Amino acid sequence: MSQRRVVVTGLGATTPLGGNVDSTWKALIAGQSGVRLLTDDWRELLPVHFAARVATEPAEQMERVEMRRLDRSEQFALIASREAWKDAGSPDDIDKERLGVVIASGIGGVITLMDQFNILNEKGARSVSPHTVPMLMPNGPAANVGLELHAKAGVHTPVSACASGAEAIGYAFEMIKNNRADVVVSGGVEAACHQLPMAAFAAMKALSTRNDDPARASRPYDLDRDGFVLGEGGGILVLEEFEHAKARGAKIYCEISGQGLTSDGYHIAAPDPEGNGVQRAIKFALANAGLTAKDIVHLNAHATSTPAGDVAEANALRKALGADADHVAVSATKSMTGHLLGGAGAIESVFLVKALEERLAPPTINIENLDPAVTVDVVRDKARALPAGDIAALNDSFGFGGHNVVLVFNSI
Amino acid sequence: MALSPDDVLAGLKQIVEEVAGVPAADIELGKNFTEDLDVDSLSMVEVVVECENRFGVKIPDDKVTDLVTVGDAVNFIVSASN
Repeated sequence: MSQRRVVVTGLGATTPLGGNVDSTWKALIAGQSGVRLLTDDWRELLPVHFAARVATEPAEQMERVEMRRLDRSEQFALIASREAWKDAGSPDDIDKERLGVVIASGIGGVITLMDQFNILNEKGARSVSPHTVPMLMPNGPAANVGLELHAKAGVHTPVSACASGAEAIGYAFEMIKNNRADVVVSGGVEAACHQLPMAAFAAMKALSTRNDDPARASRPYDLDRDGFVLGEGGGILVLEEFEHAKARGAKIYCEISGQGLTSDGYHIAAPDPEGNGVQRAIKFALANAGLTAKDIVHLNAHATSTPAGDVAEANALRKALGADADHVAVSATKSMTGHLLGGAGAIESVFLVKALEERLAPPTINIENLDPAVTVDVVRDKARALPAGDIAALNDSFGFGGHNVVLVFNSI
Repeated sequence: MALSPDDVLAGLKQIVEEVAGVPAADIELGKNFTEDLDVDSLSMVEVVVECENRFGVKIPDDKVTDLVTVGDAVNFIVSASN
């Protein structure tokens, strides 16, 4: 079998910066923050009073009856997938047995789970919604998108905490590479802005507590970073076999040419300070893509704004890329979107595709004093132009459990 | 207190519209829940629980499969309220 190549032919998103890709990208390039004070009464129960909720509520983009049988994470998946599918030219006449869906969620329908638990306690078992299980299952977002598109090549949901979204895109890439599918709708979503997950992350001391200045709380690489900011939303990419895309005259954004997957075997939540797993994932991804560090001009970093994680990652990047790290513009977009957990690697892949298309690396905001331990070239404050010609970029994502995923995209 | 068929139909229309998004005007006595109104098995469970709450009757699980049409449901609820 000749080598099958995989390209990106559609994008969709709903994020703290906008209800679609275009509005999100504009806000991102302008350096806007999507982080706001929560308006929920329960915030007073928590040490953290802010998060990055989606900019456009699903109710503005969806019918009420459809919404009531979908968890919020499933609503995000359908909204972003519909945009991506339309962006891909709505190829409804393709062979559905060659159409797959891989959409991840780190946590699943936790808001549904908690709401129905409250109903059980208050009103009894008979009042628990019969839609509860399809709403809380982590594969629910993928399943609902698969149903809507009649996808029959396989519907999958990798779960690897905050690496889930990137792992989903890598899985979709492999489905096409391995000739299981010609088109795969892929990405990740998360809807966990709820008091329980927030209290739980706060208990781990993982969240920023900068309650007096939420918009400046997510500050990857800054000396005074104190944790991540929880975000919600999701990103979707339509991946397609290159010849298939050309044959139907699809708009082709770029190629996805490789992935690298490793695990740390170090700690359930803390990053390996040596970043060995990250370095190996980068090397595997480049080899898989048939590229070298010389080809890479941009990287969308995982950089969540935690004290340990940002430096461990930056060190690993420097070690893996060596002197070539000097020409890699590193953007930490969680400074604007917050951390979408299972949606993070997906929305950041959407950003990477847009960066290649627009030749523009998004800024990293809120760095007042760059941590001197960070020895990579961070794009600070303002977006930066990327070079003309053939270029390639990386997206790295990591998850609790020691999961490392690196994806390679290149211009075509 | 016995409920009138008209009262039950009016209430049922509201419930089915709320649960399944079917316009109230389409909900008639002769309509089949599954085939005509596209109310699937999970949504039917919601309709039954809402009917119990609203009309103060019990609809046993083994009777739910007998409620094929809107008219079946109205008749059952009216009888149960007697």
